[in-house]
Amino acid sequence: MYVVMGIVLLVSLTFLGRLFYIQVIDDSYQLSAENNVLRYQTEYPARGLMYDRNGELLVYNEAAYDLMVIPRQAKEVDTAAICEILGIERDQFTRRMVKAKAYSWRKPSVFEKQISAETYAMLQEKLYRLNGFFVQKRTLRKYPNPIAAHLLGYVGEASQRKLEQDPYYKRGDYVGISGLEKAYEEELRGKKGVKVVMVDVFNRNKGSYKDGKYDTVAVAGKTLTCSLDAELQAYGERLMQNKTGGIVAIEPSSGEILALVSAPTFDPNLLVGRTRSDNYRALQKDTLKPLFNRALMSEQNPPGSTFKLINALIGQQLGVVGENTKYKCPRGYISGNFRMGCHDHRSPLNLRESVQHSCNAYYGNVFRNIIDHTGKPWEGFRIWRKHVMSFGLGHKFFTDLPIEYSGIVPSNEFYDKYYGKNRWKSLTIISLAIGQGELGTTPLQLANMTAAIANRGYYYPPHLVKAIDGEPIKNRFTERQETTIEKKHFEPVIDGMEMVFQQGGTGYRSRHDSIVMCGKTGTAQNPHGEDHSIFVCFAPKDDPKIALAVFVENAGGGSKYGAPIASLMVEKYLLDSISRPHLEQPVLEANLIDPALKIKPE
Amino acid sequence: MRQQRSIFDGIDWVLVLLYLTLVFMGWLNIYAAVFNEDAQSIFDTTQRYSKQLIFIGLSVFVALVILLIDGKFYRTFAVPIYAINMLLLVVVLFTAKEVAGARSWIDIGPLKLQPAEFAKSATALALAAFLSGINTRMQDLQTKVIAGVILAIPAALILLQNDTGSMLVFGAFALVLYREGLSGNILLLGLAFAVLFIFSLLFTPLTMLIILGSIGLIAFLFQRKKTWKLGLGIGGILVVLMGFVYSVDYLFNNVLEPHQQVRINVLLGKEDDPKGAGYNVNQSKIAIGSGGFAGKGFLKGTQTKYDFVPEQTTDFIFCTVGEEWGFLGTFVVIALFTALILRILYISERQRSAFTRIYGYCVASIFLFHFMINIGMTIGLMPVIGIPLPFFSYGGSSLLGFTILLFIFIKLDGYRLQQLR
Repeated sequence: MYVVMGIVLLVSLTFLGRLFYIQVIDDSYQLSAENNVLRYQTEYPARGLMYDRNGELLVYNEAAYDLMVIPRQAKEVDTAAICEILGIERDQFTRRMVKAKAYSWRKPSVFEKQISAETYAMLQEKLYRLNGFFVQKRTLRKYPNPIAAHLLGYVGEASQRKLEQDPYYKRGDYVGISGLEKAYEEELRGKKGVKVVMVDVFNRNKGSYKDGKYDTVAVAGKTLTCSLDAELQAYGERLMQNKTGGIVAIEPSSGEILALVSAPTFDPNLLVGRTRSDNYRALQKDTLKPLFNRALMSEQNPPGSTFKLINALIGQQLGVVGENTKYKCPRGYISGNFRMGCHDHRSPLNLRESVQHSCNAYYGNVFRNIIDHTGKPWEGFRIWRKHVMSFGLGHKFFTDLPIEYSGIVPSNEFYDKYYGKNRWKSLTIISLAIGQGELGTTPLQLANMTAAIANRGYYYPPHLVKAIDGEPIKNRFTERQETTIEKKHFEPVIDGMEMVFQQGGTGYRSRHDSIVMCGKTGTAQNPHGEDHSIFVCFAPKDDPKIALAVFVENAGGGSKYGAPIASLMVEKYLLDSISRPHLEQPVLEANLIDPALKIKPE
Repeated sequence: MRQQRSIFDGIDWVLVLLYLTLVFMGWLNIYAAVFNEDAQSIFDTTQRYSKQLIFIGLSVFVALVILLIDGKFYRTFAVPIYAINMLLLVVVLFTAKEVAGARSWIDIGPLKLQPAEFAKSATALALAAFLSGINTRMQDLQTKVIAGVILAIPAALILLQNDTGSMLVFGAFALVLYREGLSGNILLLGLAFAVLFIFSLLFTPLTMLIILGSIGLIAFLFQRKKTWKLGLGIGGILVVLMGFVYSVDYLFNNVLEPHQQVRINVLLGKEDDPKGAGYNVNQSKIAIGSGGFAGKGFLKGTQTKYDFVPEQTTDFIFCTVGEEWGFLGTFVVIALFTALILRILYISERQRSAFTRIYGYCVASIFLFHFMINIGMTIGLMPVIGIPLPFFSYGGSSLLGFTILLFIFIKLDGYRLQQLR
């Protein structure tokens, strides 16, 4: 008997020992049990909305529905019904099921992405006959006006790299990929919530875990108030249709970007939803490069004559030219055997007139005075360069812009390398006098330069967002940046800019009767055909509300397209109406993209 | 001779109490395993806990009937009862539909009976009747053979039903035979072969040859007299053992079904397959292990309730105990089973009647076997062999079978005071 009893006790004690070990000592089973039964469901917050400066909606969210399938549960499905509703063939259905099964039998896979509301309604009626199929809600970005595609940017699934960098993102999460969506990702995305639910072995929801004790609520993304004026932006994009180039308009008193047009552009709605990757590929292949933001990225183009404004200011600051200084213009700047041509205008000219007529000879003199005023060209050049950079040229602003190029302002080292240490002089680099040569500026930099002139000596770094959740921003972008030029030196230059719109000025045709505009034409020579047409402008003269730069590729001189476009933009912004169809019509009709169709101005 | 005053006179209340406690706890755990929030009343007959309640009522009724019947009946009719049961097992083979790979059930109207569950009591009665015969001595070869046949018939018939688990239960009777005088050496030899069997599964025949050869060589070298006779003897044993090893290898690879091979491999740790064949045991251990010391609380189990553990009301009911009641619960259940088996052994030993004693040992062995295999399986100490945990697992036949098994013993024990007094 004792042997048998011993066996019984031995068995019992073995069991108790084992149970004590797995139940009390080893914790790993607890963890496995939680993994089995708990599902951390992410509650996605609504992404923040974007408004323009006048409260007009730029971006919102629209519900979209994905048809999901759990292969394991998909039995005795009415295949014909699904195929009919989705408009797919039977073998396509089979292929998708095979793909879903390859991913997982138990976990849901996307069967059809982003189905339309109508399809959703039809499916809803049939769902009870479609075991294993269900519809999952998602939100998509939607743009009521198809404008500012480059600025607003788009969202897409987080890349592998993003997932590795930032643990906030999980596979399939959406993240801002470009534009404001990217720059303000942290504000826009909100905060994901977590709902802990229990599931059974078939992954069926069995309700909240511990009455939601461990749940967190999703916090919606913040609302952005953009500095853009949607109407102005739309008008700018219209003016730039069938052209390549860019317009940047800035409010001088704040640095807020009112419009930023890059042409050709595209409908931001193309980069949303199921057709996004196809559309993106198509845009990428487009020979006109619509994805390239010319307003921010074309840095190779020289500012042309608009740069004379800067040389005039520096010359005065250094005292090498005064408002009454006059220079003759023998149809060009001549020094020894060197000749830099000029067009036909009266001579001699004072400073104001030199701006009005954009005289090359005048600035050849001014520039040589600047560079040579210490007797050592390299010293003069270094001083000149410092003044130039103080206008925001040659470097980035590092604000909330989607992308920014720094432009080019050559350094002493650059010329040393090219010509040998200090083996160059003012005449060697004389093209800088008229904004040609080694200079490169983006339209944004030109607009900011104009804003600094309009302000008579300072600027705010250009930026795109005014307020977040109604709270005005207060950061680097709102810090005033001073130029190195004293205020008094601006008046003669600004007077000259006003005269540009007067009889004999290069922008006379684009004048406006009631708005006092100040502008300057520019022509950037380039190796790809006709000159680029450039125009910078601000208005009104005494209380500047808008400063802008227009840049139209291969359109000829600044007065042809640059000036009319700038003038129309100013009118649109200040008066909200267009009174000069004779000015607007040729611009709208111009097609500068195909040289064969190019319309001759006037 | 004392007169019996009532049917409860002289019965062992400790056993009855243990029985009722186990049945009640079993039902609670079936309820918990099936329970869901929007559940209906406990009398909803579509639910397993309600059905089990009916089976419990039926079992109590049958228990009362057993107590009512005269104690002499069981010994007198042991052989006919055995015969009828064997007949039922044969009938099953021809009539039963296949359920989960086994042909074990007879449909009688709405009732489904599993004759294998009743065959245990019948075999126990028959074996007790035979061994308690006046001229029967365990040492005789004839006795051994007849006892073997009594056990082999139901075992073979049940094996034919493809119900390996229930068949193995008949191996438990070895303990009874041991108590009745079967040499312990035979059992030890059996055990040694079992160990050799497991080793043969673990290693290739070549490895086994090296292991056994080395043991033989060491045994030979440590002998004082190294005669060639001894060497030949050891060599002979080696040949026999290797023959066994090769037969096991052959049987495992050619006779066992693939799913049986996998189960054994998983248990031996040769295969790790938590999603496949190891799934049951893995989930079972998770459920029990996650119960912790005090458990998650009644009806609070998640692993069993949400069907992560397969067969959670039948073979794996112990998981619910482990998950919801923790180590405290499993301790109590093991203590109760231990008490039950020890109590049966103790009572058996106090019998004057050899018949009752042998029958008691049969009962204890059967309970021990079920207890050992079932709980051992849920905590990964035993292979997955589908046999129920007495009184806990859902199932009418099993509950009724165990009730009959136990209550015949209680009746026989109560009857002893009226007997030969």
